[in-house]
Amino acid sequence: MAAPAPQQEGFHDCRDAWARTLEDLAARDPRIVAVVNDSVGSSKLGGFQKTFPERLVNVGIAEQNMVGVGAGLANGGKIPFVSAASCFLSGRALEQIKADIAYARFNVKLVGQSSGVAYGELGPTHHSIEDFAWLRPLDAITVIAPADAWETEQAVRWAAAHDGPVYIRLSRMPVPDLTVKDRVFRPGKAEMVLAGSDLTLIACGTTVHLAAQAAATLRAEGISVRLLNMATLNPLDEEALAAAASQTGAIVTVEEAHIRGGLGGAVAEFTAGHHPVPVERLGFPGFVVTGSVNFLFEHYGITPHGIIAAARRALARKQ
Amino acid sequence: MLKNNTVQTIRDKALWMRRRAFTMVHDAQLGHPGGDFSAIDIIATLYFGVMHYDPTKPGLENRDRFIMSKGHATGALYTALCAAGYYPEEWLDTYMQPNSKLNGHPNRTYLPGVETNTGPLGHGMPVALGIAIAAQISGQDHRTFVLTGDGELQEGSNWEAAMTAGHRKLETLTLIVDRNRLQQGMGTEDTNGLDPLDEKFRAFGWEAVMVDGHDIGALLDVLAPARIGKGRPLCVIANTVKGKGVSFMENKASWHHGVPNAEQYRIALEELV
Repeated sequence: MAAPAPQQEGFHDCRDAWARTLEDLAARDPRIVAVVNDSVGSSKLGGFQKTFPERLVNVGIAEQNMVGVGAGLANGGKIPFVSAASCFLSGRALEQIKADIAYARFNVKLVGQSSGVAYGELGPTHHSIEDFAWLRPLDAITVIAPADAWETEQAVRWAAAHDGPVYIRLSRMPVPDLTVKDRVFRPGKAEMVLAGSDLTLIACGTTVHLAAQAAATLRAEGISVRLLNMATLNPLDEEALAAAASQTGAIVTVEEAHIRGGLGGAVAEFTAGHHPVPVERLGFPGFVVTGSVNFLFEHYGITPHGIIAAARRALARKQ
Repeated sequence: MLKNNTVQTIRDKALWMRRRAFTMVHDAQLGHPGGDFSAIDIIATLYFGVMHYDPTKPGLENRDRFIMSKGHATGALYTALCAAGYYPEEWLDTYMQPNSKLNGHPNRTYLPGVETNTGPLGHGMPVALGIAIAAQISGQDHRTFVLTGDGELQEGSNWEAAMTAGHRKLETLTLIVDRNRLQQGMGTEDTNGLDPLDEKFRAFGWEAVMVDGHDIGALLDVLAPARIGKGRPLCVIANTVKGKGVSFMENKASWHHGVPNAEQYRIALEELV
């Protein structure tokens, strides 16, 4: 198991918000069940298991079975939250997700834990940087990567109430709460964290707060930076993208995922077809080298410094 | 006497299903008639002698469920659901035509009575397991039946589900294996052998029985009795003949997805009486 990242003041592990919210929802709705692959601890579902032992279905280390069971539970009138490390959930059970959940449109919530490179030194077998690319084309599935604990709770609550498949991508990396005024969670809509007109930074999940730091530096230099928290990757908020492209003319995407097929891929697809503007994509170029999660973020430039450099490249291309 | 009537009713339905399915395959020049015909007697027995359901209420909470894991055998499934009253016979005429609800593999959002989408093999068992677990959690007594091919059991997902079903003692879950001993290319035992199949399931905590999959009376005897109190899931290994009922199709792997020409179609309908 990877060493936990040092806990910083004001930073939260979003899994706590997820587990707390699920327990609260389950207390109100008997249809809610959890399905795991021996992942009670890593999903922080110990409390759920204690309170609702009969509603915690542990199929053991068997992800294909786990996802198929989720579809069956939905057929039987339950609202299953299938929770597992996202590398195994999205990779090992991809065909079940495609055929049993997306194509069959079962009301199943998939919760990918410790996504991205959260497992650090354990390496690419345990990383989940391909999940966006794998799941984004599965139209029926709403794909959400919450940026902080608040958004995690909102996403879980929304998923429970929504009749349809959802993939919620969580991390074990502590992140700070975003400061956004009068915040409202709107699935499928980008959240305008900062308004601006020179350049748009688009981030999701664990990278939004890094992009916010980069934006602060750039704004201090007089560059009017827009920052979008694109928590929902599918369906994509094309309206916000069209506005970003036409109003700011340059985009930088930042994600804890593969640079192909994820947030950056989605933005590039849309802008190429509708509003061609320079797009710089930050993420992982492929299987990563050995190192801690913090080392990997540094090594691949997914840092405020790396985002600022990408922003300068995008601005240079714009001119 | 009552059982004799039931057997006759099921035989009549199965005969209609074979003729209708073969017509669909002939008209579409697409389909999997060999696997349709090995499974039809089993499916007819379930729908017309065993299962409780209401075709006017396909979402009925405590309905018995049937999962067609060998989703390619749509000729068998679509004719059964039609005969059970889920939709009118005209729908069968659209089999695999552009925009038809009757896709080459079943889709629950297209057709009432389809419990889940299947097609890729090894998907039905986990879904059926999930349905049975939902019933276990809710205290419902309905049964869940899943039909797999035999070659399909080479997919590991089936065994993941079999392990869990045995572990949870899911007595309301019944698996029927369409044991026609042929997969797409050749015999199962020449490809990746399955025998002894009954012992495998017993080792996973199941009750396992062998039956002639074309003997309606024998199928009723093993499938109809209630399972409450049995304490174990049931695996029925139904020994069948791929292409059963048409002389030139029987036990021929080439009829896995072979389609008839006009002369073969004429001969088959002469034999299916």
